[in-house]
Amino acid sequence: MSLLEVQDLTTAFMTGRGEVNAVEDVSFSLNEGEILGIVGESGSGKSVTALSIMGLLPSPPARIAAGQVRFAGQTLTGLSERQMQPIRGPGIGMIFQEPMTSLNPVFSIGDQIMETIRAHERLPQAQLRARAVAMLDKVGIPAAARRLDDYPHQMSGGQRQRVMIAMALACRPRLLIADEPTTALDVTIQAQILDLLMDLRDEFGMAIIIITHNMGVIAETADRVLVMYAGRVIEEAPAARIFDHPRHPYTRGLLECVPSLTEDRARLVAIPGTLPEPARRPAGCRFAPRCAHAEPSCTQAVPALESLEPSHTAACFRARELSR
Amino acid sequence: MTQPLLEAEGLEKHFEVGGGGFFGLTPAVKLRAVDDVSLSIMPGETLGLVGESGCGKSTLGRLLLRLIEPSAGKIRFDGQDITTLGRGAMRAVRRGMQIVFQDPYGALNPRMTVEDIVAEPLVIHGKPSGEATRREVRAMLDRVGLPARAMERFPHEFSGGQRQRIGIARALILKPRLIVCDEAVSALDVSVQAQIVNLLQDLQREMGLTYLFIAHDLSVVRHISDRVAVMYLGRVVEVAAKQAIYGAPLHPYTKGLIAAVPASHPSLRSRGRRVRIAGDIPSAINPPSGCRFHTRCPHVMPVCRERAPALLETAPGHQVACHLTEIPPG
Ligand SMILES: Nc1ncnc2c1ncn2[C@@H]1O[C@H](COP(=O)(O)OP(=O)(O)O)[C@@H](O)[C@H]1O
Ligand SMILES: Nc1ncnc2c1ncn2[C@@H]1O[C@H](COP(=O)(O)OP(=O)(O)O)[C@@H](O)[C@H]1O
Ligand code: SF4
Ligand SMILES: [Mg+2]
Ligand SMILES: [Mg+2]
Repeated sequence: MSLLEVQDLTTAFMTGRGEVNAVEDVSFSLNEGEILGIVGESGSGKSVTALSIMGLLPSPPARIAAGQVRFAGQTLTGLSERQMQPIRGPGIGMIFQEPMTSLNPVFSIGDQIMETIRAHERLPQAQLRARAVAMLDKVGIPAAARRLDDYPHQMSGGQRQRVMIAMALACRPRLLIADEPTTALDVTIQAQILDLLMDLRDEFGMAIIIITHNMGVIAETADRVLVMYAGRVIEEAPAARIFDHPRHPYTRGLLECVPSLTEDRARLVAIPGTLPEPARRPAGCRFAPRCAHAEPSCTQAVPALESLEPSHTAACFRARELSR
Repeated sequence: MTQPLLEAEGLEKHFEVGGGGFFGLTPAVKLRAVDDVSLSIMPGETLGLVGESGCGKSTLGRLLLRLIEPSAGKIRFDGQDITTLGRGAMRAVRRGMQIVFQDPYGALNPRMTVEDIVAEPLVIHGKPSGEATRREVRAMLDRVGLPARAMERFPHEFSGGQRQRIGIARALILKPRLIVCDEAVSALDVSVQAQIVNLLQDLQREMGLTYLFIAHDLSVVRHISDRVAVMYLGRVVEVAAKQAIYGAPLHPYTKGLIAAVPASHPSLRSRGRRVRIAGDIPSAINPPSGCRFHTRCPHVMPVCRERAPALLETAPGHQVACHLTEIPPG
């Protein structure tokens, strides 16, 4: 049985233009210890997918309009806030792009880590402190015991992200969702944080969902990849296959439009146009207006995810004929 | 021999910053955002400028256009020393040098139509607003890939990529020779980023533009640049043709930066295989002694803590500031 199963998840937002589906028909599963990468450009629905799993979207305006989320055999969709509490933390932990938004500026980081542990475990003060120091040490904060009384603003962006990881790990989650954890960081610090996440997966065997818009981050971390476009999953495959044999024209475009660090290219292969807002999505395949291979029939219906190889699916009417 | 379009010599910018602390009681201290930078850009070339955030890239870009005043040093544009030009003379020079920012939204007046935004530099430089100006604006919008009907619309009606096109049209309307692109494509999604990079390259070819291309994405900088300068804590630590910077970097910081770029394929994962630059960039208020990189350098030697290495030429067109290359072999 999978650790996490997301089935036909559709999350809608009430907006000025009526209700729109930010995320539509998203299905995937994740095994213990596996790293799933979710990649897509901004607005493709990555964060809404993660927040829907965590039950962290405010309702209204958000609503799980269809589908379900199962974690370790338990259905999470429909649970009350009180029922979700014990699952967040020891079950599923989450870290965000900007740690400052989830760290409280008026409490020391030590207090915040200890508070997180205390919410799920009864431990005497001295042991709490020791555990907090051990966690900071684990995530690579030098002189951890001395940093315990520091406040978030006294730390660099990279260190704050380490603290967030420490807080998530303090509860020993079976699944960690990392939403663009390195997007705000310099490449040097990004490399350190990605190394850390991989080390922690190896040590604790937790599963990770890493959300990013950067194919390089996917290459560095993911076992399996989900590519999202305009709220829908458009391709899923093991990481190496996504890079070697992308079958959806959008995935191919994503890989081709970034310049290489080693090869010269006279011109970048750009994808024309931009990602449509949810209220202005085209009929049929949402990528059709930007797709070089679109045919009139592509705008007639929404292509479903189809299995092209074992464990490789893509949502493109022409996937089979195009990738010969 | 052609002369550089832009030259900086010993350029410095110091900011007075409050030392922090409670109630602002700590005295102000000097932050050297740009510290003794000399570089030149040849006509028609693209010089890439990379380095971690806070290393002084934007400050240097603004200094070179004299959008902020240098604390020391000289700037020459097209052979003319512009360091101390007065307002009037500087205004004439500024026609030839423009800047495109990361967030065009912040730089575009939300209450002005696209037509007025793009026409404004012309008007400021004395061109009457009329049919001729309208035509010029329309032609420029067309050139950057925006339809004529964009003229009456407002910036918020456009996507990020299109707003960046508006910013580029505004920068180009005076037919400048030099454009500083300060993270001009950094905030864009990759598919749109590629469109804008292609546009910048097309415009460069057609109009003979010279670029200072500031960005933290090393792959994009490699693609667009002829030469690349690497900055660390206010100083240039290495400059060379891009083939040398990416193919045979000499400074340990350049090597570390390039090694930190994520792999292009899962089979090339870097964890455990590449040397990492440890720790964070130190504070610019109280930078490390000697070589400013010594606290993070995997090759640090005693001399590195004592003396700052000079930026020296190691091969034609390749300059490095590191004691490893400064010390003669043997
Ligand atoms: N609170 C909200 N109200 C209305 N729409 C929202 C809200 N949050 C997200 N959305 C919409 O949902 C879509 C997906 O957003 P998101 O999941 O944040 O994208 P990503 O994380 O891939 O950049 C976007 O089009 C966004 O505009
Ligand atoms: N107006 C200012 N006042 C005080 N400090 C500044 C100012 N502008 C920039 N700095 C400081 O100068 C240094 C260089 O900043 P900047 O040029 O923006 O770097 P980069 O563009 O490479 O990220 C940083 O330490 C920054 O905090
Ligand atoms: S001078 Fe020394 S510390 Fe600085 S980069 Fe070179 S070897 Fe490293
Ligand atoms: Mg997001
Ligand atoms: Mg900057």
